[in-house]
Amino acid sequence: MALLVVKDVHTYYGKIHALKGLSLTVDEGEIVTLIGANGAGKTTTLRTISGVLKPRDGSVEFDNEDLASFRAHEIVYKGVSMVPEGRGIFSRLTVFENLDLGAYHRDDDDGIKQDFEKVYSLFPRLYERRKQVAGTLSGGEQQMLATGRALMARPRLMLMDEPSMGLAPILVESIFDTIHEINQEGTTILLVEQNAHMALQVAHRGYVLQTGEIVLHDSAESLRENEMVKKAYLGME
Amino acid sequence: MTSVSEPAPKSNRSFNLTSAQRSRIFLNIIGIVILVLLVWRIYIVAVDRAYPIQYWAFQVINGLVLGGVYSLIALGYTLVYGILFMINFAHGEVMMMGGFAGFFTLQLMNSLGWSDGTPLQSAATVFFAILAGMIVSVLTGITLERLAYRPLRGAPRLVPLISAIGASFFLQYTALLLFGAIPHNYNKPSIISGGISVGDTGIFISYTGAFIFVAGILLMMGLFFIVQRTKLGRAMRALAEDKETAALMGIDVDKVIVLTFALGSALAGAGGVMLGFHNTVMRFNTGFIPGLKAFTAAVLGGIGNIRGAMFGSILLGVLEALGPSALGLPTEYKDVIAFSILVLVLVFRPTGLLGEVLSEKKA
Repeated sequence: MALLVVKDVHTYYGKIHALKGLSLTVDEGEIVTLIGANGAGKTTTLRTISGVLKPRDGSVEFDNEDLASFRAHEIVYKGVSMVPEGRGIFSRLTVFENLDLGAYHRDDDDGIKQDFEKVYSLFPRLYERRKQVAGTLSGGEQQMLATGRALMARPRLMLMDEPSMGLAPILVESIFDTIHEINQEGTTILLVEQNAHMALQVAHRGYVLQTGEIVLHDSAESLRENEMVKKAYLGME
Repeated sequence: MTSVSEPAPKSNRSFNLTSAQRSRIFLNIIGIVILVLLVWRIYIVAVDRAYPIQYWAFQVINGLVLGGVYSLIALGYTLVYGILFMINFAHGEVMMMGGFAGFFTLQLMNSLGWSDGTPLQSAATVFFAILAGMIVSVLTGITLERLAYRPLRGAPRLVPLISAIGASFFLQYTALLLFGAIPHNYNKPSIISGGISVGDTGIFISYTGAFIFVAGILLMMGLFFIVQRTKLGRAMRALAEDKETAALMGIDVDKVIVLTFALGSALAGAGGVMLGFHNTVMRFNTGFIPGLKAFTAAVLGGIGNIRGAMFGSILLGVLEALGPSALGLPTEYKDVIAFSILVLVLVFRPTGLLGEVLSEKKA
């Protein structure tokens, strides 16, 4: 069952044609990864899905509903949350306040409490630092916070923009373990990554994006074996 | 790495100062000269005039009251700046509109005989005047946001600033047209008329002043509570850091911006009525100078910083009250003192006294 259907989307930054007829689908329960070089349009794709950018043409459907008329914050209500590029944590707010903002639109206090417990058990470090101002966290901890904050929305679909960026290799491993764990508990994930090696290990399917267009689409296994992907994104000759 | 070009700039740097460093040293020298001259002048005047302590106490109290009014207005500047990085130069006029609403409420209550009626009736008069001021200012503020600022949100920062100056004139001359150029006398309800002497020290505290100070503090505590403890406040602080991410958290950015304007305007409306009580008159251009003063106070404390706005306002109020006497100038020069402070702060400490925020990504 397709949860997210992006159909022939064209997005512009002013006059720059950033997405040129991009289509992709994400099924319920999947991890789908979008790999591509810098400037290929990966972040633009996520910003278009989340409603921060509006496509000039084409449609984004979530759970069989066209998102065109909804604003970014309303799309969160529908069940789409985002771990933004560069983590986007609120550095002057405490860890607790950041997490609580993730559940901003919710008023089911019991559910929010449960989700706090869930996030704190997933990232015990965040519990230790809950009263600390988020700007004082390390890069890895900030990534945990951004991920935990997106989980606090209790999303059906989680968009993740380069969660491994700027992290030490050991932290990258643990982030991908977490992604796997979150998916196992039932959250569908669309993962944008430059680290194609790790992304293709955790994902079920993958899309390869080049200058605003999907050039390749296959199961993660097949993509790992694909000569072009090996050469361009996995650094193998 | 080229080994040839590496050492050259290094040796340059150790012998010659950069132009930024040079101008900073130059500024510091000027600053010290100004400081010495000021201290010298204050010393001479103090010896020469030898005002009694009661006089200074009177001025300090006056300054605190004025500072209380300034801070109610200054908070509006700082709240809006904190979120939109824009100076709402029409904020003084938003306050003036509230002041007029207070004036008409007082007229009405006076005609009903409540203004000088029983203490309860008189207190209710004060309450309704302030409430009316807050309501009208809130309506003015959010209309302004909707018509003059929201359509320009994506524009370069100078554009909404010009729009704000235009809105300021628009509101001033609307008031001129509606209410005329004559000063309107505020009917001070009996409960805040008069005052008490503190023992036999000769220090006199007016009820109006005491009321303004206490009510101002209460309103500011309310604001502080909203910003620090409520969901709205948390959303405001998130928005101040990053609007796009805030929207991705499910925060309705437009709504929070409107509520920010509403909060700032409500305080300004209360401030306008209090200013009316303090000055006893209200005119179409009453908002202009206090608006600029409150802006000065917000810059003095560090714009975008709530604590800074309160601190800067109280400090400015006191400096303005003490300044003319301390420097031996006529009291009409108090505006010169206030705006000299604005210039000095902008030159020597543009981030304000409590402002470290600006140095991040706001500047």
